[in-house]
Amino acid sequence: MSNAENFEDVVKSRRDEKVAEFDLIEKNVFHRLHSLLHRTPALVPLIVLVVACVVFGLINANFWRISTLSLIFQQIGIVGILGIAQSLVVLTAGIDLSVGAMAVLTSVIMGQFTFRYGLPAEVAIAIGLAAGTMMGAINGVLVARMRIPPFIVTLGTWQVFLATNYIYSANETIRSQDIEANAPALQFWGTAFNFAGARVTLAVVLLIVLVAIMAYVLRHTAWGRHVYAVGDDPEAAELAGVPRKRVLIQAYALAGFFCGIAGWVMIGRFGSVSPSASTGILGNIQAITAVVIGGISLLGGRGTIVGMFLGALIVGVFEMGLRMAGADAQWTYLLIGVLIIAAVAIDQWIRKVSS
Amino acid sequence: MEPLLKARNLVKRYGRVTALDQCDFDLMPGEILAVIGDNGAGKSTLIKALSGAVIPDAGTMWLDGAPIEFSSPNDARAKGIETVYQTLAMSPALSIADNMFMGRELRRPGFMGNWLRKLDHKAMEDFARKKLSDLGLMTIQNINQPVETLSGGQRQGVAVARAAAFGSRVIILDEPTAALGVKESRRVLELILDVRSRGIPIILISHNMPHVFEVADRIHIHRLGRRLCVVDPKDYTMSDAVAFMTGAKEPPADVLAA
Ligand SMILES: Nc1ncnc2c1ncn2[C@@H]1O[C@H](COP(=O)(O)OP(=O)(O)OP(=O)(O)O)[C@@H](O)[C@H]1O
Ligand SMILES: [Mg+2]
Repeated sequence: MSNAENFEDVVKSRRDEKVAEFDLIEKNVFHRLHSLLHRTPALVPLIVLVVACVVFGLINANFWRISTLSLIFQQIGIVGILGIAQSLVVLTAGIDLSVGAMAVLTSVIMGQFTFRYGLPAEVAIAIGLAAGTMMGAINGVLVARMRIPPFIVTLGTWQVFLATNYIYSANETIRSQDIEANAPALQFWGTAFNFAGARVTLAVVLLIVLVAIMAYVLRHTAWGRHVYAVGDDPEAAELAGVPRKRVLIQAYALAGFFCGIAGWVMIGRFGSVSPSASTGILGNIQAITAVVIGGISLLGGRGTIVGMFLGALIVGVFEMGLRMAGADAQWTYLLIGVLIIAAVAIDQWIRKVSS
Repeated sequence: MEPLLKARNLVKRYGRVTALDQCDFDLMPGEILAVIGDNGAGKSTLIKALSGAVIPDAGTMWLDGAPIEFSSPNDARAKGIETVYQTLAMSPALSIADNMFMGRELRRPGFMGNWLRKLDHKAMEDFARKKLSDLGLMTIQNINQPVETLSGGQRQGVAVARAAAFGSRVIILDEPTAALGVKESRRVLELILDVRSRGIPIILISHNMPHVFEVADRIHIHRLGRRLCVVDPKDYTMSDAVAFMTGAKEPPADVLAA
């Protein structure tokens, strides 16, 4: 009897111990998770992406076919490149609403310089890329030197670039057949090759290469560290010897250059040059979505290009997976909306440190 | 003896506020010069002018007798003037090593560094670790830890270590012990004396009179945006110094600045 009682006592006290221990473990796990996410914020989109792929694969076995995956990659090609541009600007604690407009305007410049002025397509492309860089630099100068908030600057230049695009092109589309016959270089990134039985375009390869290059630049060069420092605390960066204004202008200009590349890729993807391509109006929102879901903080200084790339993939996977599951397209927007808010909530939590 | 760093008639206005009002300044070679003054007297503005972080509206500065004009903190750093700012000037999300080398990163030797501009993370981390342990700050576990995860005192320690590691002509410390505990403050004071023994002069801004009187060779008393007087800590008491800087007492004519 007394033995049994003792036994019960032991169980009781054991249980208390266990509970306390569990509390400690739970706290520890929480803390670990926090510092892990703090170091690698791109883990969140990675987990979401893997889960989404598994779920969509279970719903529809065709999802896991390489042709489906290659289609997803092709669909995020343009958004992904605009996302690189957007990431650069957002890391400096800015925002660029003009990325889509710059892409469309540069694609129009490339097309018109070839067909209206009869320049070789390669020269027109170079001019288009230079024009994109110039437009980005204008944003950068207005932000860094005139001290106008980035949101306002790019809200303005978005309209200006988009209107310029319509006026300059006289809203005239250059047809795909004409480009194919006279200036195939413009459609270069649409070139497809066979990979493991699936059709893959060069645009997909380009996106992956650009993501890798920019991940390297941001992590392993002084300039990349300066971009983070400027976004993190501009005053501290300046006192520590970072040329804040120059870095800002360079970041915006480089973003413009990437928009130029996106404009070129657009011609390959759509075949034609169209001033009324939806990218001009939606490109900025799509790029910001990829950036936010990818765990880059809108307050600047935190996040990675790889995260943005995963964010863009998540959007592509949701679109494709839901379509294959036969769901209403609106479900995509609904879920993306939820993801955006969740991503920012997680960012806030990650920022609450050292407490 | 000629001052190593000299300024005459510095003026800096912020709108209606005159932070520096015809301010003079002299730092002698090899000395520890304390700068004391009330809150808002203009001490930080003065050292920001000397370190290139603020461009004065008027006035002239000389380093080693040659006139200097800084348009950014980097100009001053290039001349060997290192500063620990009151705000510490560190990027919270970046690592200790990143912060120590911000603006003067080391690149890999050879092709990777020259052509691909690759940073030498390892060399920078090793250097940072060494400087922090020199300062007795190796309670910091991980040199790749973001600065925001450090305590206020540890952050201050990192900033001081950065300045001490790179300063070759002048080291400026704006309230370097404000957030530090007794033991850590001691370390910083020892470091200051150590730096002087290497022949590098130091400008120390502090509100802590015992610290000032312990290490300073001369005390620059700042009042209402200008140098009121310079005193020798051996000739005056702490309460004299406080009385001068608050205006409770007039300093004698022989120490008054012209
Ligand atoms: N960036 C600025 N903009 C506007 N006013 C400023 C600025 N910096 C300093 N001031 C003003 O200049 C005056 C001198 O400030 P400063 O920071 O140099 O004082 P301080 O002696 O360092 O004070 P403390 O002991 O509190 O650090 C103050 O009145 C302050 O409000
Ligand atoms: Mg101050």
